[in-house]
Amino acid sequence: MKFSENWLRELVEIKADRAALAHALTMAGLEVEELTVLGEGLAGVVVAEIVAAEKHPEADRLQVCKVDAGQGELLQIVCGAPNARVGIKVPLAMVGATLPGGMSIKAAKLRGVESFGMLCSAKELGIDADASGLLELPLDAPAGQSLAEYLGLPDASIELKLTPNRPDCLGLVGLAHDVAALFGSAVKVPAQAAAAVTGAARRGIRLEAGKDAPRYLGRIVEGADPSARTPLWLAERLRRSGLRPISAVVDITNYVMLELGQPLHAFDNDTLQGDIVVRHAHPGETLKLLDGSSAKLDAGFVLIADEHKSLAVAGVMGGYDSRVADGTRNIFLESAHFAPAAIMGRARKLGMHTDASHRFERGVDPELPRRALERATELLLSIAGGDAGPVLVAENLADLPKPATVVLRRARLRRVLGVDVADAEVARIFTALGMRVEVHAEGWQITAPSSRFDIEREEDLVEEVARIFGYDNIPTHSPAGALALAIEPEARINELALREQLAARGYYEAVNLSFVPAELLARWGFTERLVPLANPLSADLAIMRPSLLPGLIEALRHNRARQQERVRLFEVARVFAAGDPPVETPSLAIVACGNAHGEQWGEPSRQFDFHDLKGDLDALIAWGGEPQRWSVHADDLPPWLHPGRGARVARDGETVGYLGALHPQLAKVLDLGADVHVLEMALEPLLARRLPLAQPVPRFPAVRRDIAMDLPEEISWSQIEQAVRGSLGTRLQELRLFDRYSGKGVEAGRKSLAMGLILQDASRTLTDDDADRCVREAIAVLEQTCKAKLRG
Amino acid sequence: MDDLDSRATQALAEIDKADTLEALDALRVSLLGKSGIVTAALKALGALAPDERKARGAEVNRVKDRLADALAARKQVLEQAELDRRLASEKLDISLPGRDGERGGIHPITRALERIAAIFARLGYQRADGPEIEDDWHNFEALNFPPHHPARAMHDTFYFGDGRLLRTHTSPVQIRSMIGRQPPIRIIAPGKVYRSDSDQTHSPMFHQIEGLLVDETSSFADLKGTLSEFIRAFFERDFEMRFRPSYFPFTEPSAEVDIRWDAEDGSTRWLEVLGCGMVHPTVLANCGIDPERYTGFAFGLGVERFAMLRYGVSDLRAFFENDLRFLKQFA
Repeated sequence: MKFSENWLRELVEIKADRAALAHALTMAGLEVEELTVLGEGLAGVVVAEIVAAEKHPEADRLQVCKVDAGQGELLQIVCGAPNARVGIKVPLAMVGATLPGGMSIKAAKLRGVESFGMLCSAKELGIDADASGLLELPLDAPAGQSLAEYLGLPDASIELKLTPNRPDCLGLVGLAHDVAALFGSAVKVPAQAAAAVTGAARRGIRLEAGKDAPRYLGRIVEGADPSARTPLWLAERLRRSGLRPISAVVDITNYVMLELGQPLHAFDNDTLQGDIVVRHAHPGETLKLLDGSSAKLDAGFVLIADEHKSLAVAGVMGGYDSRVADGTRNIFLESAHFAPAAIMGRARKLGMHTDASHRFERGVDPELPRRALERATELLLSIAGGDAGPVLVAENLADLPKPATVVLRRARLRRVLGVDVADAEVARIFTALGMRVEVHAEGWQITAPSSRFDIEREEDLVEEVARIFGYDNIPTHSPAGALALAIEPEARINELALREQLAARGYYEAVNLSFVPAELLARWGFTERLVPLANPLSADLAIMRPSLLPGLIEALRHNRARQQERVRLFEVARVFAAGDPPVETPSLAIVACGNAHGEQWGEPSRQFDFHDLKGDLDALIAWGGEPQRWSVHADDLPPWLHPGRGARVARDGETVGYLGALHPQLAKVLDLGADVHVLEMALEPLLARRLPLAQPVPRFPAVRRDIAMDLPEEISWSQIEQAVRGSLGTRLQELRLFDRYSGKGVEAGRKSLAMGLILQDASRTLTDDDADRCVREAIAVLEQTCKAKLRG
Repeated sequence: MDDLDSRATQALAEIDKADTLEALDALRVSLLGKSGIVTAALKALGALAPDERKARGAEVNRVKDRLADALAARKQVLEQAELDRRLASEKLDISLPGRDGERGGIHPITRALERIAAIFARLGYQRADGPEIEDDWHNFEALNFPPHHPARAMHDTFYFGDGRLLRTHTSPVQIRSMIGRQPPIRIIAPGKVYRSDSDQTHSPMFHQIEGLLVDETSSFADLKGTLSEFIRAFFERDFEMRFRPSYFPFTEPSAEVDIRWDAEDGSTRWLEVLGCGMVHPTVLANCGIDPERYTGFAFGLGVERFAMLRYGVSDLRAFFENDLRFLKQFA
């Protein structure tokens, strides 16, 4: 809602300057979003008439004008504006004036011709952005009058960011009531007299849309002058309120809408046939609208029609064929009440948003139509003349909203706000807001004016008191302590701590959008159980991600393209799968590439590899304290992993995620090298932690024996570990792999593993014989089950 | 005798000249060793008469002590020199970077979000959560947004084919936290939210934190106090603050909170940082909580806004580009 400050000040006494007014509005919930000062610093600018104009002898684009500025003597002004011509009234900045832009006007010679002042455009005066030519004033503007005085300047254009609950402030009169309550002053809206009825034209009105359109008023004005022009004062108010003047009739309906808040519509009466019918649209019915678009309607829309055709979409926009056009002399004015529920979302459905729909879907005072119709008639008759017919009324009183009567309890007010507001102040606030106040045993009984759709229950009244009393005047209580101490389960790792752990291991946390393009998912092979948006912003943001990896790899590529060779990123977020309801799984993903240790002097440089990533996973698993519940498997890998360098991660035998090198084919498609490794797994299993249960520390020392075995390549470490552990049982405290070798000295297809057996017995110190026996058993089992040979 | 003396004098000079520990040790052996001259002199004592032996013995022992002292002193000097040499040769360039000292960092959004959640945790607010794919009832209806209500138009919503939607705010967690529970309730619900809007100052995905308190005593004055303390705790400084009336369907009275922010050019301006209000009785009733017995307040804030203010980030989009040159600034 944009309006002219001067206009508002005409409707209500405001004992405050502009800044204080703006602050008061904002602090009353009518937030001032923008305030533009107009026409300040116009001293020395007057209305002037061009009485002669000749071409400049030395310059093609300049004219030498003789100007009447009401001083008796004509002034010579050199002017370059294309619209400068004899007979028009324009602003003249006299010698000595300083324009808002800072330009000082002096007597000057322009190409040898003397000039005593400057004729101005609207932009030069800081009134409007129009710089195309001189600001042409009405021909009856009095030459010599101060322009500021003539135009009612200075003024300010104030734009409010109104919340949807305050449609009553979408008209200046409604706004004036709120301002009156804020400043404790009175509204100065003049009483509205009914326009004289001098015509007899009428037209029937039939209401067929039930409670969606319970009141419809119309009036025919015949013989209006189609060439009548919008008076300057009215056009100025429209412009300062953000509306462009269009034509006298349209400008008048817009003016009344701004003033009272009631949207009006004007039809060319000669295009109407028979009765006006207010009905629901037929499914599939179409109508060409004022803006030239074609609206496809359904039964959810209310239509204004006549007996043969549809005319307008109620509360949204008028039709093209029945519009008031250049030659229209006979006008049918519409001023109706449509229920908010009948208009809500309708304009949106047509892909539009109009001043009318904005107001009707929020709620317009049902008592306004007659007042607005009379006001529009009055303006129309005075500007364009003509004969007004009688007011035509159709209404279903039973379907009109009733003013709400609500009780506000004193105790409730105190309880919700935490402050005592004096009874007299409460009564003053309600009265000032135009509400009827009656005494009630527990507080006040309030009847809201018909304009206040938002007053329905006690809390609405609490809010009104708080708003006008001032939020600043409500005390600030320090928060009281916790009611009950929140219990943090120790057997669960804090998610933040997990992130910090990854950060400590060199990873940076990334945050990607949750949407990914279908095409990218297809490359990765994610095609099942996808959750696509019905209305994505673009194809790139179309699917809820089923995995964090495609997005995270894109982030890795982004960094690689920016000279970052070594990238280590992780993300913690949800992944989505179709279902009823859809399944959201908090997940962890890691991507890494480049050097294992970063480029540095102290270690030989090598590429990040599978076991680096597995080490990161092992560290997270170890943190949970139950590594024995975890296992990795080489089978059942997803298509995006290298089949020989990928692993499936399981906890208690249940698959929870994957890690490994990106599949070379995918890496190639994504233009990445073989060093890119990824991990993705469900987050929950990583957050589970064992609550420690202390065991006695062993009383007897451990014994270590090292052996080196020669084994086939395909025997995995976990097979070896299983075999030795199975054989030695509890005597084996730990099996440590400390060297792995293949190459010279080892047969092709075989490898040499050096391992340390840490042996211990809970009841006694192991003797050398005991230890030797264990070693023999271990070697035997490896020979039998793993095709192993002891290395000499 | 004179022979021993002169040998000793000579030996002392040799000890002083010995410049390695090995040479010194060889000297020691030649003087005090089994076949050294002192040992020989001591052995020779046996051949002397008892009274002569005593005087001679004392003399030889004196020589022995002098030599031993000289050897020990020289040894210390040589050892010190050796140690000095070694220390000098072992000197490191301690300015070289340490091994594996690299670390990563958490995202600035996480950092701000966790800081906010931790402040409220100290006030007894427990973490709560809900799905990101919500239904209309939790996201709108239960929060007192009727169908087609203009307040919904302020939430540009992403929909799915089945009518579900991406939550447009964290407020549905209020509903999920209240249903099936009775007050007192204090929850803090951080999470991702979505609006169908994308430009320089809007991301289609962003992060909010919702707070909710319901009990038998809380008022708007408590809400003001809680949020004032929070702002102070988060920014570690005092701000001029104002609570400005606003409208949210699920709170009444509602407010927006502005803080007086210092711009870089030295000017100040009001900056909106929070929305809040007293929980609407209809919302409480929708969740099976008696609005006559209980009151409460709720608040919601945008994490990106707080992270931008706190860490001086000027471009919202930087948060989602994951450029390491940006992320490394928050390590």
